[in-house]
Amino acid sequence: MVKDQTGSFELENVSVTYGKETAVAGVSMSVPSQAVTALIGPSGCGKSTLLRCLNRMNDEIGGVTVGGAILLDGADINARNVDPVELRIRVGQVFQKPNPFPMSVYDNVAYGPKTHGVRTRSDLDAIVEESLVRAALWNEVKGSLKKHAFELSGGQQQRLCIARALATEPEVLLMDEPASALDPISTQQIEDTIAELKDTVTIVIVTHNMQQAARISDRTAFMLRESMEAPATLIEVGDTRTMFTNPSDKRTEAYITGRFG
Amino acid sequence: MSIEPLMTARGRTGRAAAIRRTAEAVTSGLIRASGWVSILILAAIASFLFLNASRALQEVGLLTMLTGDSWYPTSNDAQFGFIPMMVGTAWVTVTALVTAVPLGVASAVYISEFADGRIKEVSKSIIEVMAAIPSVVYGLLGIALLVPNVKSVFGLDTGLTAFTAGLVVGIMVLPTIVSISEDALHAVPDALRQGSAALGNTRWQTVWKVVLPSASSGIFAAVMLGMGRAIGETMVVLMLAGNAGIIPGNPFESVRTMPGTIAAEMGEVVRGGLHYSVLFVTGLVLFAVTFAINLAADLVLERQRKRWSR
Repeated sequence: MVKDQTGSFELENVSVTYGKETAVAGVSMSVPSQAVTALIGPSGCGKSTLLRCLNRMNDEIGGVTVGGAILLDGADINARNVDPVELRIRVGQVFQKPNPFPMSVYDNVAYGPKTHGVRTRSDLDAIVEESLVRAALWNEVKGSLKKHAFELSGGQQQRLCIARALATEPEVLLMDEPASALDPISTQQIEDTIAELKDTVTIVIVTHNMQQAARISDRTAFMLRESMEAPATLIEVGDTRTMFTNPSDKRTEAYITGRFG
Repeated sequence: MSIEPLMTARGRTGRAAAIRRTAEAVTSGLIRASGWVSILILAAIASFLFLNASRALQEVGLLTMLTGDSWYPTSNDAQFGFIPMMVGTAWVTVTALVTAVPLGVASAVYISEFADGRIKEVSKSIIEVMAAIPSVVYGLLGIALLVPNVKSVFGLDTGLTAFTAGLVVGIMVLPTIVSISEDALHAVPDALRQGSAALGNTRWQTVWKVVLPSASSGIFAAVMLGMGRAIGETMVVLMLAGNAGIIPGNPFESVRTMPGTIAAEMGEVVRGGLHYSVLFVTGLVLFAVTFAINLAADLVLERQRKRWSR
């Protein structure tokens, strides 16, 4: 099911301010649709903060101001007539630690569609199955959809959270270090899932792990906060292979060759 | 400089260690003792009640009292049936919970999920102050404000009813229900709220579909503890429920409750007499019921704590 080429972001001079402190400044980049864009950089460089701008999850924290423009398929997501709740149906998110709801596997996946008005059992069944298939969890849970989500392993819980996010049919999926709390095998499964998903959904992933960025992403953006006083900025963004083999900025080269961070 | 201070230091360390060990043993002994004291007190209360109740238990019988439908403790052919006051207690408790549970859970949701900063602190302190007001003051307010209104609004002969007392008892158990429900809501991890928000749900949908179900066992425990308090409440009931020893058909009649009966009649009975002993049986039943309710609530709370501390 290849959808239209929707779900592309254009960031123009984006900045994020917490109270008086500017955390991120001057980020301009594009996020192409149906591709994986990785945000890399050392801890505290604003990757997650920038990611949360894309579905306006920063609104949930008080005192955060986002400057510049963020366009989703050409429309400003911070415009006054945009409801962040509606936006988040189009732009889903998977968090660092698996956070399944304390209910059954089925109910976790059906949660989003249900609150958005899907009522008939057969429609829900179909959405649940399709989402679990897309998240590569179906084969492991198809016989036990009534099982409590907490009984799944960590890796399964994270794929359940991916399935849950996919169930609302988002155009974009934001992933904030989705494998950092998982073992290597579960990480591998998540990465395989991401590779499958990118044909149908735009993926923006924050990762600490440069090998992971190199393995799974099409584009990479390197962010850096050069001093505690200055806000984090975007150092370089480009095709992942070019970034990792022939970075144009010295700081990018230093980071990806492991000289700091 | 090299050997002597070392020796001294070692000597001091040895002595200090011995003192520390003794202090440790004494402290832990004291703490253990205070733990046992509360258990002993509880056991003493139970056996004291039982001892004083034993005459009635032998002469009348527990089953006769629990199933008897009339309460004429002072007539020649004395009847000691608990049913009138058990039904009275039930009406007061049901009215109290119907009032307090929706109001209390809604307040807890507001304080935990919607109020921020100052308002949150102020509302929490107000709830605490409510818990500190003596019950007789609630009784006075009930007599002044509620009794005449209940009488006129419902067209009753008297405003002293189970409903009137239940409303006031409901207000009194609010602090218990609010603060324990709020703890339960607060214990729900933020990751779940964020997960729900990220799926395109409003704050309210998140609270209704994720936060409340996640906190349900704690809220259930809050209701149980509130119920325990409502059953045992004495002063307000004595002042507002009308104290009629008949089996009430609905909450708009005068009733007498179990704690109300003990308080009202204990002053008039012959010490050591049968009526005296029957009142102790009433106390024993109350003790057993509230003990069981509190124990159940604690078990539920403990289970919830374990659930989120994975």
